Amino acid sequence: MPEDCIYIARSSAIAARALAGEMMVMNSADSTFFTLNEVATIIFQAADGQTPLREIVRLRICEEFDIDPNQAQADAERFVAELSSHGILIVSNQPLVAEAV
Amino acid sequence: MSLMSEIGQKAFNLGVPLAVHMDVTYRCNERCVHCYLDHDDHGEMTTSEIKGVLDQLAEAGVFFLTFSGGEVFMRRDFFDLVEHARRLMFNVKIKTNAVMIHEKEAQRIGQLGIDTIQISVYSHRAEVHDAITKLPHSFERTIQAIRFLHDQGLRVTIANVLMTANSADHAGVQQLAADLGVQYTLDPTITPMMDGNTSVLALRIPGEALPEIFHNPALVTNQEEFCAPPKPPSDEDLEGYSCSAGHSFCYISPYGDVFPCVQFPLPTGNVRQQKFLDIWNFSPQLKEVRSIRAKDLSVCSSCSHVGSCSRCPGLAYMEGSMRGPSTADCEK
Repeated sequence: MPEDCIYIARSSAIAARALAGEMMVMNSADSTFFTLNEVATIIFQAADGQTPLREIVRLRICEEFDIDPNQAQADAERFVAELSSHGILIVSNQPLVAEAV
Repeated sequence: MSLMSEIGQKAFNLGVPLAVHMDVTYRCNERCVHCYLDHDDHGEMTTSEIKGVLDQLAEAGVFFLTFSGGEVFMRRDFFDLVEHARRLMFNVKIKTNAVMIHEKEAQRIGQLGIDTIQISVYSHRAEVHDAITKLPHSFERTIQAIRFLHDQGLRVTIANVLMTANSADHAGVQQLAADLGVQYTLDPTITPMMDGNTSVLALRIPGEALPEIFHNPALVTNQEEFCAPPKPPSDEDLEGYSCSAGHSFCYISPYGDVFPCVQFPLPTGNVRQQKFLDIWNFSPQLKEVRSIRAKDLSVCSSCSHVGSCSRCPGLAYMEGSMRGPSTADCEK
């Protein structure tokens, strides 16, 4: 999948809430529980299914944290792949409509 | 310490209401002999009022939300409320007797991303279960609902409240849960009625019968540890608190009253009159609950079990003092 075309959306099966700067995320399907750090939380919150991951990284990560775009993109893709494997994020090369609850 | 425990401790330390139990109605289609509720409707919150409260709870940081009652499905808007809660990304647990859940309802629940459905089953024998619920055929309907929910891939837990009428049936219910492929939890706690009436306590399993119950691995996983003589309480134990009630947990009634816990009927405010966070942050009653450390307990502070006791401050409150013992826990 070309990296420019990655779109991400949050699964409708998850619960999430911020606690003191960390995002708690739980997948109701298997009760897997995660806490996300500040950068991962930004990506998670921006996962609207419409904004390409590269745009999220460029606008929300690189500008705010002054980090190398290629490194940030690689880190973001690893993070997205991991959360996708746990059913937390849905990944597509097409814009996604958020799953209705 | 597990990640979940770490989060719980963090919320406790920060005073964040991590978990809320909300009863959406006290109405019920069963009339369980041990129930602590009055089942009349004295002015339940409307759909929009509850949605407004849920909005506030999400903003306050609540993550774990339990919907209970009464019987939640007595409210025709219940699915609407659950859908709203899930849009707000709560982790939702539902407590129900399940008799109104048919295949269609189970399918709808299956689409909502619910964490757990906890269902009351009193016995593996229909006649014993139905005699407790006072609803004919309730056992058959509840078990059928469990099958429908399980077929949807939902996580179901059978909650087995034990009392004199079913004290011999816990092994049978545990086996029934295993046969149905669902989880099992056991609780021998019978609570006084919300109005203070203690007549239902006569249904409690007598203290001398509890040791047999507490050898059930479903209740006490490590019996050796549970039965071991207590260590002398440390300074840390005496500086500690009883439980999360009022610290990172609270209860909201169908009328909007906020309490430290479902078993702790100390009024702290009403969400129809105040914002939830104003009650949570500024209620004098909640501040008092939060101030009580083990060393402040009138009887328990000198008990050798104080460091490991499951003392319930709410039951103690109902016995006369939130700083006193909860005697049912002393018997455990």
